[in-house]
Amino acid sequence: MELFLSGKHHTLIVRIYGELDHHAAIGIRESVDRELSRTGARNVAFDLSRVTFMDSSGIGVIMGRYKVTKALGGRVILYGANEDVKRLINMSGIGNIAVIADNEEAGMREVEANV
Amino acid sequence: MYRNSMKIEFPNNSDNERFARSVAAAFVLELDPTLDQIAEIKTAVSEAVTNAIIHGYDTESGIVTMEGNICDDVVEFIISDSGVGIPDITRAREPLFTGKPEMDERSGMGFTIMETFMDSLDVRSEVGKGTKITMSKRLR
Repeated sequence: MELFLSGKHHTLIVRIYGELDHHAAIGIRESVDRELSRTGARNVAFDLSRVTFMDSSGIGVIMGRYKVTKALGGRVILYGANEDVKRLINMSGIGNIAVIADNEEAGMREVEANV
Repeated sequence: MYRNSMKIEFPNNSDNERFARSVAAAFVLELDPTLDQIAEIKTAVSEAVTNAIIHGYDTESGIVTMEGNICDDVVEFIISDSGVGIPDITRAREPLFTGKPEMDERSGMGFTIMETFMDSLDVRSEVGKGTKITMSKRLR
């Protein structure tokens, strides 16, 4: 996982590599929450383009960050998901609470438009 | 009639979630599954094994068992633990229900995903004794 701050949009970019299951989810949740409070970012953007597998634990991490960012007045952005990951996202209904975009640029445009 | 079977046992370490779903994917390869079917089986097995690891044993250590059976073009997986058991299976199977709301990476989607990705799902559980999940899928 790579975590970096895009200061312009008060957004924490979380690039996840490999498999997003319960085992990986614990570390991601902890790092993201720590960086949110350390940096003062309001939005979290998950770059899923390098995720090769995801199960309901990935859905859980995204839902959890939705709650955290909502309390901060921010949004969750998801982009780059492959077809399998998209299927899970659609099944879970997180498309209704997160911004789903094709890429980082499109996601940030959505966030700016909604500020 | 073609038949094959396998059985593995492993401790409830969370890194064994990946191990179990990789074994499941390798086991069905001989049935020439599509990539979508492999993804579905891996996800369903991952849900069942994660449930056994987190909910079955919580912070205790224990053994998770995964059996696989192939009968012609149908594959069946049986995932069992000897953990705490599920007090109310009907409720546990409801979408978005989670037995651990305090752990926020639990989405409550596990059983819904197993039901959606497999053809059949049977859950047997006894409080204090453990849980056994049987799921099957036709691959042709």
